[in-house]
Amino acid sequence: MTSWNDPPAAAAEPDQKLPAPAEAPVAASALPAVELKRVSRLYGSFAALREISLQLAAGSSVVMLGENGAGKSTLLKVIAGLQSPSYGETKVFGEEPRHQRGVVAYMSHATMLYDELTGMENLSYFAGLYEDGRKPLVSKRSWRSETAAQALTEVGLDPGNTRRVGEYSQGMRQRASLARVLLSEPDLLLLDEPFSNLDAGSAQSMISRLLGYVAEPSPNGLTRTLLLTTHQAELAGPLAQTTLTLSKGRLVSIVETSRMVRKAGGVEEMRTDR
Amino acid sequence: MNYARHVLNHLRKDLRLEWRTKDSINGMLFFTLLVVVVLAMAFDPASFPSMTRQISGGLLWVAMLFAAMTALNQSWARETHNSVLDAHRLSPAPASALFIGKALANFLFVTAVEVVLAPIFTIFYNLQPLGQTWKLLVILPLGTWALVVNGTFFAALSLRTRNRDTLLPLILLPISMPALLAMIQATTAVLTGQFEPTLWIKVLLAYVIIFTTACVMLFQTVLSAD
Repeated sequence: MTSWNDPPAAAAEPDQKLPAPAEAPVAASALPAVELKRVSRLYGSFAALREISLQLAAGSSVVMLGENGAGKSTLLKVIAGLQSPSYGETKVFGEEPRHQRGVVAYMSHATMLYDELTGMENLSYFAGLYEDGRKPLVSKRSWRSETAAQALTEVGLDPGNTRRVGEYSQGMRQRASLARVLLSEPDLLLLDEPFSNLDAGSAQSMISRLLGYVAEPSPNGLTRTLLLTTHQAELAGPLAQTTLTLSKGRLVSIVETSRMVRKAGGVEEMRTDR
Repeated sequence: MNYARHVLNHLRKDLRLEWRTKDSINGMLFFTLLVVVVLAMAFDPASFPSMTRQISGGLLWVAMLFAAMTALNQSWARETHNSVLDAHRLSPAPASALFIGKALANFLFVTAVEVVLAPIFTIFYNLQPLGQTWKLLVILPLGTWALVVNGTFFAALSLRTRNRDTLLPLILLPISMPALLAMIQATTAVLTGQFEPTLWIKVLLAYVIIFTTACVMLFQTVLSAD
């Protein structure tokens, strides 16, 4: 196990530090996207996470596997800053997660949408939360509507649909939830079981969208980092530049499964399983 | 300007949600009307006009306080359903704007109930204010805001507790005592005309300023708590 008191060179155990993509035409942050130092999370006497140490380079695309109760969702919440670690230290782009609001987006099992509003109303509202710092050429209200409509269209939902989100099917909710996280244009995208309620076609569409998404530079000009959890490892294959496996709260393996070469127009994938 | 836009964004959303569900307003209206009618039947206000003027201020504000509490938990329940509150915690928008937007929405809901309740209350209790009635236009909004701003804050504070419905009145009632005293005394002064309400209005104003500032400053901490 890496000691985080060691100097950086000594700390860089090959199985603990993940490389950035080999060729990245867009700028990668010098800071790791995620840095965990002996992170544990306890619920009473139950340890959901046990001494996890990990670095994810900015621009990496990582899939996290593990059985139910392995600690995947807890780890994502700790990285997002929604839960504090009981022990250890978490940093996102060199800062505590709670100081990185707007930089990280998190899609959980819950939709994080209002059931009584339509998809368009929900997304216009959430677009409003992220409008600071953006420079719309049109009025803020039109910008919100346009951003929301574009986000919904990109995940295959009709912005003109007047049904409320509470009346959506599970798959539609999942896609609306993805639209919500994508419209915030985060540098770090955390997805918890994004394919769980989707049919094969919808899952493939979501994967294509995510592949396109990580290939684009963020508004900050950085390559985007993706970390997702899934039970459907075969589905997430194209996104798995690196695969982490958790078991009983411990990080048991890190495998570099493929490298994606980012290009302005898309993504080329070269599998280098090992 | 951006801050005001955020507040408006939250307010618009809360008004739209209430318009669709009517959870808060229906509950409050039912509760306050029940209190007014039951108490009017318990004694004959027409036979005791002087006593009615003395106690009406208290009746009105106690009914409003309990009614507001039914709405306050409801307003945050919308944010915890589907974990929407987590989306707020990750967004770069100022947390206090969410608080102000929600407090304004609650203020409008309680005010709407007061607008319906006022004529019914006047008729049932045969009330003819002997003081300067226009001062009620200052007392009612100030008193309502005092109830709502604290209630919205403490409802958010008790969100992650298991027995939040019990916890809210336990915290809110003691802390609202100074405001309740001021709003009841000021209302009684207007109804009876026996003394000037100005001092109590000033007390109420000071309470509102102090607690609004404290709630706005502390809300980020409440929102970020695990």
